[in-house]
Amino acid sequence: MSERTPEAERSWPLWEVFVRGKRGLSHVHVGSLHAPDAAMALRNARDVYTRRQEGVSLWVVRAADITASSPDERDSFFDPAADKVYRHPTFYDVPEDVEYL
Amino acid sequence: MTEIAVSANPASAQYIQGLADDALVYAQRLGEWISRGPQIEEDMALANIGLDLLGQARALLTRVGQLDGTGRSEDDLAYFRDEREFRNVHLVEQERDGFGHEMARLLWFSAYQHELYAGLRRSEDEVLAGVAGKALKEVSYHRDHAAQWVLRLGDGTEESHERMQSGLDSVQPYVAELFEDSPAAVAAVEQGIGVLPSSLEPEATAFVRQFVGQATLTLPEAPRWRARGGRDGIHSRPMGYLLAEMQHIARSHPGARW
Repeated sequence: MSERTPEAERSWPLWEVFVRGKRGLSHVHVGSLHAPDAAMALRNARDVYTRRQEGVSLWVVRAADITASSPDERDSFFDPAADKVYRHPTFYDVPEDVEYL
Repeated sequence: MTEIAVSANPASAQYIQGLADDALVYAQRLGEWISRGPQIEEDMALANIGLDLLGQARALLTRVGQLDGTGRSEDDLAYFRDEREFRNVHLVEQERDGFGHEMARLLWFSAYQHELYAGLRRSEDEVLAGVAGKALKEVSYHRDHAAQWVLRLGDGTEESHERMQSGLDSVQPYVAELFEDSPAAVAAVEQGIGVLPSSLEPEATAFVRQFVGQATLTLPEAPRWRARGGRDGIHSRPMGYLLAEMQHIARSHPGARW
């Protein structure tokens, strides 16, 4: 690891854990944990988050490597979508004989 | 479920009891790490490994009770036997020491158990073969966990290297007993039920040697003394204390249930 702060030397870095419940589903974020490196993070994730058969696949990602949107940007990021009803596919007449739509 | 033979077979009962007691006693030791691991994630990992071993011990002790002709249950065998009736090796009863020591012990024990269960899948005792098939997957994970830590501690800092090496050194006198052909094991092999412990040594040692080498550590030379006697019920000082802790609740409240 290139940038080592004194804090990172005292404690293991934080990892975010994603579990896929079964084939065909997406990986879902389930929580986080500490581990010294990626291989151990995967093993810790197995022990902490899949001990009751929760999953068939695991991803771990260094929390520091995730770029997240900021709460300060929420208005400019998300509010403009609120009044764009035409973006929803709700303006079609569905023929009566089409099932499962 | 097919009918399972329960005719008495004392020789194989004693062999299986050795395997069961190894798992039971080591599960007890690993449980001691809860709240004492380097991180809560490691508490969890060691507790999981301990629970896997406890599960193996339960199935095996139940089988012992069927085969030794006494009809004792898993709980009778776990909680109401005295020290001289336990057949585990000395390695698993030794007191918990540093984390490096535990990873050295887990590496050797899981390397041994891995070869053991791989062989026992072909046992003519169908219960034993079934337990072995399930346990092999568990033990593969235990072995990997220990190997990962030995690599990191051995090839880590100067201090972690030193502590990991000292763990390997202090475990070494207890290794030979795992691969000793006890009379019970020989008898079980003759019946097609067991595998010869000495036949497991080359593979298990090769696994340990591979990771110890990669971790820039040294496998110690043959020690000047070695533990012996566990399979005959002769134990070392820590065993009595371990049993006292493990058994006292069950003995203080006989027949108590959740």
